[in-house]
Amino acid sequence: MPEPTSTVAAPVVAPSQRTTEPAPITPGAAPTSRPRRSGTRYVLRLSALIYLTFLLVIPVGLILWRTFEDGFGPYWTAMTSPSALHALRVTVIVALWSVALNTVFGVGAAVLLVRHRFPGRRLFNALIDLPMAVSPVVVGLALILIYGRFAPAGSLLETVGIRVIFSLPGMVQATVFITLPLVVRAVAPVLEEMGVEQEQAARTLGAGPWQTFRRITLPGIRWALGYGIVLCLARALGEYGAVAVVSGRLVDQTQTMTLFVEERFQNFDQPAAFAAATTLALIAIISLLLTKLLRPKDSD
Amino acid sequence: MAIEVRNVSKSFGTTPVLNDVSVEVLPGSLTALLGPSGGGKSTLLRIIAGLEYPDAGTVIISGRDATSVAPQRRNVGFVFQHYAAFKHMTVFDNVAFGLQIRRRGKGEIRKRVTELLELVHLEQLAGRYPAQLSGGQRQRMALARALAVEPEVLLLDEPFGALDAQVRKELRSWLRRLHDEVHVTTVFVTHDQEEAIEVADTIVVLADGQVEQAGSPHDLYEHPANSFVMSFLGPVTQIDGRLVRPHDIEVVNEPSPGSTPATVRRITSLGFEVRLELAIADNDAWVQVTRGTAATLNVKTGDTVYIRVHPEAKTLAAA
Repeated sequence: MPEPTSTVAAPVVAPSQRTTEPAPITPGAAPTSRPRRSGTRYVLRLSALIYLTFLLVIPVGLILWRTFEDGFGPYWTAMTSPSALHALRVTVIVALWSVALNTVFGVGAAVLLVRHRFPGRRLFNALIDLPMAVSPVVVGLALILIYGRFAPAGSLLETVGIRVIFSLPGMVQATVFITLPLVVRAVAPVLEEMGVEQEQAARTLGAGPWQTFRRITLPGIRWALGYGIVLCLARALGEYGAVAVVSGRLVDQTQTMTLFVEERFQNFDQPAAFAAATTLALIAIISLLLTKLLRPKDSD
Repeated sequence: MAIEVRNVSKSFGTTPVLNDVSVEVLPGSLTALLGPSGGGKSTLLRIIAGLEYPDAGTVIISGRDATSVAPQRRNVGFVFQHYAAFKHMTVFDNVAFGLQIRRRGKGEIRKRVTELLELVHLEQLAGRYPAQLSGGQRQRMALARALAVEPEVLLLDEPFGALDAQVRKELRSWLRRLHDEVHVTTVFVTHDQEEAIEVADTIVVLADGQVEQAGSPHDLYEHPANSFVMSFLGPVTQIDGRLVRPHDIEVVNEPSPGSTPATVRRITSLGFEVRLELAIADNDAWVQVTRGTAATLNVKTGDTVYIRVHPEAKTLAAA
């Protein structure tokens, strides 16, 4: 019987299950296998640690160190320069639009995939994962092919005064495409596991489709949705490839934080590049902590 | 009629589930839809609630054609086998849900929910979440939730199916008493004939998507329309190619006109009653006699006895 416990009762149930679990270890086999296993365990741990040190800790540590080696002052100066502030603003605008659009699309698509059966459903399901497989640069180029000034859709929009490529709409579009699967894939399994009975019960109690969605479905998926939104936000803030192609990298116009880092670095303005990189890293770490906070409740 | 189902048919894909089913439910009655799994009884209940849409036929609730009415406008209460508790709400909010949707005043909601929680003996647990309740408590909460909106009919889909035997028996008689208090027209689905006979005042037997028979438990037991109903509603054994209830067979030591000799294969004492397994020619049969009769017969395994079907007993040709 599918009876997932709520957040309230979980701590009461879980520990008792955990204490009973390690019991079936066979007492005879343990002493002989333990020393050998702990030997390999040390090697494994050490290699994992070395790997992570070189791949992650040293580079990120170096950036932090270079950013703050002359104190907090230079960081503040670099981050409050007009170009840096503009890049931050563009990044935030693009990220927020992408998160908003993908939240609406993600929840809608998840409901459609889990709750409805329609022709082409499997194709739709497969298409949602497409952004994972396609290189962001290719996504950018594809958008230029459709919405560029000399492409049919692009020139048509240009005549009514909407510019997509080398402008915010194109950057939002590219970011939305890249982050498309994140909310859907976070929400769909939880929706599946939740089942339809609570929603049907709400219907028989007099709730219409919208009331049922708002009062039953949405609270049921709220942790998963929060997790998906944070992932989507983190990915949108850090997006580089697709945005680099469609934005045209116009300084003080379409430059996002990631593009700013790259441009400053190329122009030997390392303090600004490091300051912006640190800011991005800090936002990423905060998002990561948020997902860690959301995850346990979601997996209950 | 509280509910009239007329000529309803329904298939899932190419699998027919209901085939031209017509059922009538009297106002204030407690009706059981009884039948084996896959007989279509749950589907029929969900069609009455509006959770499924029939391929053909009509559903009339309190004289109004409800066939194309959305579930939220049918004013039916529905109780699911697995409770369908709103997990993110307290017991109180679960029961209050239907009233909040109907925009009743805060004071009125509090009063009504408190009354209902007392009715289902959950008043102490109003602040708990469903995960902190036992199965039986969750099901009583679901029942209070369904009753809160004062439905014209109450529909229960295998309401005790997920509970253990002890709780099941308790809730069964409790539901009967509750119905005597509340008087709401109730239809419940079950595959357990004992449950149907004990709780319902009308039983509709459904098998293979068709109504086999409808009537009072007594009627169905004493006058089954066919061999399926007879064997589904109680114990049967086969003698001379006819189905007969094992307690409708007389067993004696000496031959008499119309009796048949049989060899005792096995004697099982079931407390008050004794079960004799017999071999008649090459066929197996069994009879049930009282302990007193068994003592008078004083038979052992391997003895020959003479059996005769009681002249007034109901028998049916075996299918």
